[in-house]
Amino acid sequence: MAQDGFLKVSRRGVLAGGVASAAASRASIAFAQENSGASAVEATVPLKFTVNGEDRQLDLDTRTTLLDALREHLQLTGTKKGCDHGQCGACTVIVNGERINSCLSLAVQHEGDEVTTIEGLGSADRLHPMQAAFVKHDGYQCGYCTPGQICSAVAVLDEIRKGIPSHVTEDLDGAMQPSNVEMRERMSGNICRCGAYSNIAEAMAEVAGA
Amino acid sequence: MRSFTYERAKTAADAAKTVAETQGAKFIAGGTNLLDLMKIEVETPTHLVDVQDLGFDAIEETPEGGLRIGALVSNTALSAHPAVRRDYAVLTRAIQAGASGQLRNKATTGGNLLQRTRCAYFYDTNMPCNKRKPGDGCAALGGFSRQLGVIGISDACIATYPGDMAVALRVLDAVVETVKPDGTARAIPIADFHRLWGDTPQTETVLEPGELITAVVLPEPLGGQHFYQKVRDRRSYAFALVSVAAVIQADGTGRVAFGGVAPKPWRVEAADALLQQGASAVVAEAFADARPTEQNKFKIPLAERALAGILADARG
Repeated sequence: MAQDGFLKVSRRGVLAGGVASAAASRASIAFAQENSGASAVEATVPLKFTVNGEDRQLDLDTRTTLLDALREHLQLTGTKKGCDHGQCGACTVIVNGERINSCLSLAVQHEGDEVTTIEGLGSADRLHPMQAAFVKHDGYQCGYCTPGQICSAVAVLDEIRKGIPSHVTEDLDGAMQPSNVEMRERMSGNICRCGAYSNIAEAMAEVAGA
Repeated sequence: MRSFTYERAKTAADAAKTVAETQGAKFIAGGTNLLDLMKIEVETPTHLVDVQDLGFDAIEETPEGGLRIGALVSNTALSAHPAVRRDYAVLTRAIQAGASGQLRNKATTGGNLLQRTRCAYFYDTNMPCNKRKPGDGCAALGGFSRQLGVIGISDACIATYPGDMAVALRVLDAVVETVKPDGTARAIPIADFHRLWGDTPQTETVLEPGELITAVVLPEPLGGQHFYQKVRDRRSYAFALVSVAAVIQADGTGRVAFGGVAPKPWRVEAADALLQQGASAVVAEAFADARPTEQNKFKIPLAERALAGILADARG
């Protein structure tokens, strides 16, 4: 039975969720995943890591991506699955201080890591400055890419502060500037089909103090 | 994705031995290319050996005045390293021309060398592909070949090596260091690392089963001006139609390698020797044996124009 299979995969995930309907929909996802593979889950691998400052422990199918661990097992659904192939950036999270595509990373590779998702950056009543700037500058329309855009934007400003060059940096020895052209190049891994790019760059410029 | 078992290797020799002795085993480092291919079942490993704990994450000076780059150093860290920016700017430029910030943070130096082709027919499992399934045929021959190879290719496969970093490493004459399953080490010049695959396109490098990349060594700096010009369909986050890595000295001599055109970074030393004569002479020599398709023959004049732009910039 699908539900049994799912419980075997991630009992903790279901108990943590605690919502019957949500658990049922997750079960169907797990069932679909099992059927697409060569066999049902025979053995799970334990994972301990920190998500948004909280210690979390999961037992996972080795195939579970970091993205699916966050969304389907920890119910942190702020992080979105767009292409699931590292092309769109909707799944961007910050791991040990660096942004990555959570869809192209196996969860079991993150033992001991510190993961920050959009839920960890801010909340509805305590917005992260980048979230507030996105609201102010209309940095989104449908909102689907927004969590990835914001995680990426926060990390981009950090990369500029650390002096990491980009494709458009003219002087590799000079200080990196949070200019519009730098921001656009550095955000090229985050696609927005609504085309909010100009406003996203303005939101970033405000946070950067540029 | 097919199911697989997973372990974290403790030593490089153990990792190499496990992968050599376990049917269907593969190494995983950053995983950005491997997982992508596992999701569409182009790659179907039954066991993954995660090498992230092996400690190959430093960039150190060598006694010869060069740099030894650990295989696990991320693309971001490598491109941002002060000595790389100062003495090997072509490498910083090449890395930053590739992929996205998120991918560069995860992609490793060793893994990037092993990046598989981006030929659309290799990715489309409904199409025949000799690289995916030896003897299957090549859907790209007679298909859409605009993005594909013009030189060093074969009747079995016209795909390209898609990366940027390795094109710069070829200009710098880097050396790939490995450990074999029997624990012995070897050093492979980057010129020999990627194969011209002929009728065995499934084998893209000279690595033996289980052989693990531990480092990439850069010889002492070349000086000169460093350039990486990448021409692609978007300004950012796209694979090269043609890329040109070059180091040009004050007297107009130098080295040049081309990306996006062949199964390996394409450098012809006899063409380097013609740099003072200009881009046309260099490209004529480097692409003398080219056999492009109607759709991708534009890559040769494009390479010439990209190099001409570099040489004009070098003259100032």
